[in-house]
Amino acid sequence: MTMTVSSNNRPSLDAPSTISAGSMLKSREIVLIGLLILVFVGGDLSSPWFLDIYNLLDSTAIFSEIAMMALSTALVIICRDIDISMASVMALSSLMMGLASQSLGLGALPLCLVGLLTGAACGFFNGFLVTRLKMPAIVVTIGTMSLFRGVAAGVLGNEKIAHYPDAFAAIGQSYFMDMVPYSFITFVLLSIVFIIVIHYTTIGRSIFALGNNPEGALFSGIRTDRLRFILFTLNGLMAGLAAVFLTSRLGSTRPDIANGLEMEVITIVVLGGVSLNGGKGTISGVFIAALVIGFLRLAITLNNVPGNILIVFTGTLLVVSVALPIIGQKYLPRLSKKKSE
Amino acid sequence: MVKALKSREALLAASWIALIVIAGIVTPNFVTVQALRDLLTDLSILMVLALAQMIVILIRGIDLSVAANLAFTGMMVALIAVANPGLPTIVWPVLCIIIGTFIGMFNGLLVAELKIPPIVVTLGTMSVWRGMIFVVSGGAWVVQHQFPEGYLSVPRTPILGLTLFFWIGLIVTFGMWLMTTQTRFGRELYGMGGNPRAAEYAGVRVKHHEFWVYTITGALSGLCGWLWTSRYAMANTDVALGFELQTVAACVIGGVAISGGAGTIIGAVFGALFLGTLYNILPVIGVSQFWQQALSGAIILIAVYFNMISRKPPVRRILPQAASQGVQE
Repeated sequence: MTMTVSSNNRPSLDAPSTISAGSMLKSREIVLIGLLILVFVGGDLSSPWFLDIYNLLDSTAIFSEIAMMALSTALVIICRDIDISMASVMALSSLMMGLASQSLGLGALPLCLVGLLTGAACGFFNGFLVTRLKMPAIVVTIGTMSLFRGVAAGVLGNEKIAHYPDAFAAIGQSYFMDMVPYSFITFVLLSIVFIIVIHYTTIGRSIFALGNNPEGALFSGIRTDRLRFILFTLNGLMAGLAAVFLTSRLGSTRPDIANGLEMEVITIVVLGGVSLNGGKGTISGVFIAALVIGFLRLAITLNNVPGNILIVFTGTLLVVSVALPIIGQKYLPRLSKKKSE
Repeated sequence: MVKALKSREALLAASWIALIVIAGIVTPNFVTVQALRDLLTDLSILMVLALAQMIVILIRGIDLSVAANLAFTGMMVALIAVANPGLPTIVWPVLCIIIGTFIGMFNGLLVAELKIPPIVVTLGTMSVWRGMIFVVSGGAWVVQHQFPEGYLSVPRTPILGLTLFFWIGLIVTFGMWLMTTQTRFGRELYGMGGNPRAAEYAGVRVKHHEFWVYTITGALSGLCGWLWTSRYAMANTDVALGFELQTVAACVIGGVAISGGAGTIIGAVFGALFLGTLYNILPVIGVSQFWQQALSGAIILIAVYFNMISRKPPVRRILPQAASQGVQE
């Protein structure tokens, strides 16, 4: 049905394997919490400024934008689709907000609406191509990744837009109780909403059913294409929301805004234990993974590592976080067998 | 089927020539001998890299790390060349191919051995190698006057009126054509792309082939690292940024099916020639080069859509049909 993942042999869905999958997911979150503690210990050892509550909270503003997108991207990947256009959607949303602010002189609230609507429209476009025209999600989002970013680059050229009203800048630059960035609060609230919807409602069950067995889900009366369409649109909407926070925090729109963030989003999702074969994953895992990556980033930055090298860490982390469980599954059983012999 | 593919390549070749003619009418300067020679020189890199991408897409994969591989290899070899200007020129392309091969093998291991979806593997390695450029260079640029003499001049040597750049493009094209049409390995790639499981049952060593396809792609990307740094006399962190998308666009224009198993080397080459020429024409007709990326994206979407509706599915799928009947009932 969808061609998003390679033709891996999917684990059979008989009872024992689902139980072990469930316990594996739980252990995944324990591993993640362990990782988080490791990051904190490492951060504290390597930099005296790491365990400063203001530093820690301030750094959440940087990763919360990425983490919001990870929530909805997780759903897309659970449904066996993929979306790598989010960062470009952000660029286009940011551009539209910039143009609206520059030429129409809109206030803060209408600007946010422009950003959200642009994002949703981009997501709608992705969803339309994937579910209505039946094009593979990989190539659609590769195409729109280039298209959306290209439009932003084409319109902006070498220029930047830095003309935003003060009230708009306040969204990303002010703090709740002078401590917690609003983007982090938004991310936490959204995570709670996502956890409830995904793990405790029929919508959530439909998403997992679709990811585990698309044909089976269709036969059981789930409108699979409509669901995928909605998820792509939601993903665009979240990218729009992330763009609102990012644009407001930076106070400017440049053609390379949010460049490469799609990789970090997917890293968080995969590290959070969402299977690229679909049908498996938890929002709580994604939430902890976002904290791990966010604070790891802070620890690395505090040690004066330039951003260009930071992407080596995230890239490696992406590959390792996918590879390790597979290596474990492949080689560990053999080792334990040998031991028992 | 064969006829349709043949006519597609003829159509592409015709539209490529038409494109040049139209550009020549708008700006006569575009079709002077020198300008055309420069154009072909420019296009040779996209040609080679599109072929590298083509064999990966052929087996249902994708390699987003080709441009990062190119940039990293280019930087490594540029740095080595600056430090050892006395070495013979043949060392540079050989070194590039060796480094590129290792990078390709790494992708190949992750995809073939661990069965990780290629898009995730190459998205990760893309960032890793792009970041590694900064690590090895410290953010510094290698610029024209630092390169040894032969590094820049040798690929520019004209042979029969065309530069060595374009001849390398032609040789790679011929080699890849031989591989995909005349060897067992090449034919089995089509089988794998068409139906991996059936290919495996038929005795194709799927894992082995997958590994070597990514390795070949890496080797060709490495070769392009040499071509690129030599052509533009420059190596820095942002070399060929986003170029991987152009290679995908060139392939889908050339009729390579994104779902695997269909497409020809000649198609991919003409796709690259057409796309590259289009980019070169943009400034001539007064469109800013900043629109290039948007154009790539639009072309990918349109080309994939037309590929899809023009090509009947090679295997009749029973389940989706049954599913739709089931819903109707």
